[in-house]
Amino acid sequence: MKKLIFSLAALLPFIAPAAAKETLTIYTYESFTAEWGPGPKIKAAFEKTCDCDINWVALGDGVAVLNRLKLEGKDTKADVVLGLDTNITDEARALGLFGKHGVDVARAKVPGGWTDEEFLPFDYGHFAVIYDSEKIPNPPKSLDELVNGDPAQKIILEDPRTSTPGLGFLLWMKSIYGDKADAAWKKLRPRILTTAPGWSEAYALFTKGEAPMVFSYVTSPAYHIEVEKVTKYKAAEFSEGHYLQIEVAGLIEASKEHALAQKFLDFMLTADFQNEIPTNNWMMPAGETSVALPAAFNDLVKPAKTLLYSPAEVNKNRRAWIEEWQKAVNE
Amino acid sequence: MNNSLSSWQWSASAFIVGAVALGLVPLLWFAMNHGGGQDWHFDQSIFNVLLFTLKQAFFSTVISLALGLLTARALARREFFGKRLLLGLFAVPFALPAIVAVLGVSAVYGHNGWLGGIVNIYGLGGILLVHVFFNLPLAAKLFHETLTGIAPENFKLAEQLSFSDREIFRHVEWPHLRSALPSLFSLIFLLCAASFVVVLTLGGPAATTLEVAIYQALRMDFDVGRALALSILQIILCLILVVLSGRLVLQQQSPNQNTQVILRHDGGATLARLMDGLAIAIATAIVLPPLLVVVIAGAPNVVINETTFSALGFSLIIGSGATLLALALAWPLAQMQQAAAQSLALAGLIIPPAVMATGWFLAFKEFDTAFAVTLCAVIGLNGLMALPFSVAVLRSRYAQLGPSHHRLCEELGVLGWNRFWTIDLPFMLPAVRQAGLLAFVMSLGDLTAVTLLGSQGLMTLPALIHQQMGNYRSTAASGTALLLALSCYGLALVAQRSGRAR
Repeated sequence: MKKLIFSLAALLPFIAPAAAKETLTIYTYESFTAEWGPGPKIKAAFEKTCDCDINWVALGDGVAVLNRLKLEGKDTKADVVLGLDTNITDEARALGLFGKHGVDVARAKVPGGWTDEEFLPFDYGHFAVIYDSEKIPNPPKSLDELVNGDPAQKIILEDPRTSTPGLGFLLWMKSIYGDKADAAWKKLRPRILTTAPGWSEAYALFTKGEAPMVFSYVTSPAYHIEVEKVTKYKAAEFSEGHYLQIEVAGLIEASKEHALAQKFLDFMLTADFQNEIPTNNWMMPAGETSVALPAAFNDLVKPAKTLLYSPAEVNKNRRAWIEEWQKAVNE
Repeated sequence: MNNSLSSWQWSASAFIVGAVALGLVPLLWFAMNHGGGQDWHFDQSIFNVLLFTLKQAFFSTVISLALGLLTARALARREFFGKRLLLGLFAVPFALPAIVAVLGVSAVYGHNGWLGGIVNIYGLGGILLVHVFFNLPLAAKLFHETLTGIAPENFKLAEQLSFSDREIFRHVEWPHLRSALPSLFSLIFLLCAASFVVVLTLGGPAATTLEVAIYQALRMDFDVGRALALSILQIILCLILVVLSGRLVLQQQSPNQNTQVILRHDGGATLARLMDGLAIAIATAIVLPPLLVVVIAGAPNVVINETTFSALGFSLIIGSGATLLALALAWPLAQMQQAAAQSLALAGLIIPPAVMATGWFLAFKEFDTAFAVTLCAVIGLNGLMALPFSVAVLRSRYAQLGPSHHRLCEELGVLGWNRFWTIDLPFMLPAVRQAGLLAFVMSLGDLTAVTLLGSQGLMTLPALIHQQMGNYRSTAASGTALLLALSCYGLALVAQRSGRAR
């Protein structure tokens, strides 16, 4: 409501910008700054540590954030960019806009460790097939069992052209089957109920009971347990390992608020930031937390092996691999 | 042609040309400066994409129009309890975000649906079902508008000549319907051809459209050159369609001047009653159940708090602004016969909104942090996207005026604004109300403009639904969807009521 009134006022042409404090402009994705997302709490916590304001600029998702940077180039108004994932950091790096974050990389706690000096992780999540345990008593125990399983038991996937989890599943298939990925896709095809444009559409169809399996995150059951007290949704543990998504932030080198941006990235790996991640962003924290994870997180699948292509490999092959997928599922 | 109208036509055309240029020129400039277009070849896959696009759009359109026509005719010649409520309901699907409609249809016909998988909705069948759910009501509403615009004398005369139902259709109704048909065909065809979420969600990767290819080029590959090339391909295809359908438009005469209710006595035969009953039953069976799903799923979850209230507020602001813009542009364009004018009216439909929005963003880059600029851009894009529908409604009513009307006005010396206020507007009012309602409802449900141009703080009802669904909160989203549906239904009833009060 306040926002509405404020915005109506902003329609008046003459508004004097009241910029007494330093303002840190952070580009991020929309669900991060939603009222139930971590954004509002993190903003309040960070603003206590400095005489400054955080100005969130929320765009559709990580890819939309990257495209905004490509459009703006050197004129970007961002000081910090938060919410890219390692599938697109190579492209982001190539823009030449990002500077070194200056934070000790050893503080970043992600599977496989962290070495990147430009991008710093703030959370991560393993992808997983989520299933309704009331409908599937014996879930697949490996990606291979999923691919070769009963076609009557359907799975809802996301489109790798339009969705991050969709790309995640494609990379998972590729990392297991390599050159034989197209054959595996053809084998899997009868099990795919549909390929939704995004995670929201896929997950909504799944919870409406359209299919007993959906492609999502290992952490998904935690939401249902913690918020809805529903325990029937479970993640299937795959023996080949699980593909990983790491979400990162970086600072714009030419920013006028360079010092403040660096301060924010340092803050990002402290408990005040990381505490908000599990139950607001439903991902795993990438740094120390000062409160224990909620009980539901302890029972989550802990993948024995992590699968991840380097940002450079993804950037180099993505187009070709998507074309290969398109051919395999269309024939 | 009087001066104030021609200068109005001129300004409206200039506005649209300017808006399109503001979208395409910066993109072209960007593409030339940043390379891009690494992949210019249009391979076999693009051909398949086109073929599937044309196929699903054609069938969706033909089914929607056929059922819509039968329903409209049944509604026009019958009076029954709940008719107004049904007509009001017909405005709602248009405002629902695609995914809400998909979930509604899947809750009825899906594997876990009420009718437990009597049809397989994953594939062409499902795409057609959802497209008909969206467009049958639109067609029925517009045809109904046309039929109630026919002068009552025509029906009296037909009665005196003891015309059969078939003869009434052929000699009285069809000539009017035919003038509305081509533009309605192109509108629905273009809507279905550009459909995105429905086609991807139900059709899977095998079912893709040109719009998806453009989106992919712009979003994933950020290949502005390729996106532009594909857009131009789409624009050319659409223009061919427009020119072809434009050839079929005919001028009509003898309208219902005083908007009085027509008392019709035709359709008394048992077979006619049966057919009308069946048409209304089929239309209701397609439109009502998914809407019921929205109500049942949403009712326990409607939350009125700061967030939903401000989202409703923004939706209404954007809706009002876009409606005024669409009407101001549609009025002069509806009175122009040239194919160029018709193509201009369709700009918002044939140029992919993602392309326009990206171009506008580049053009306004310097001001993008100003909230007012964002809001105006969202209103502008929504207005342009609603424009084709407003023009179609106004044009079909205007065609009923006929040339004698213009001659009479000139002979009497009623010109300029005087004519606008005293003659044209009162005559056109029912159509203006319909065109306005359509534009309003469409903008209310829009997700495209607000996602592409919006920034933090601009949260409309559809954007809120999208945000809630993106974070496991599909129960909350169902409440928001009901709020959206109810606002549309309310608007539709108000528009009808104000229509009757005159």
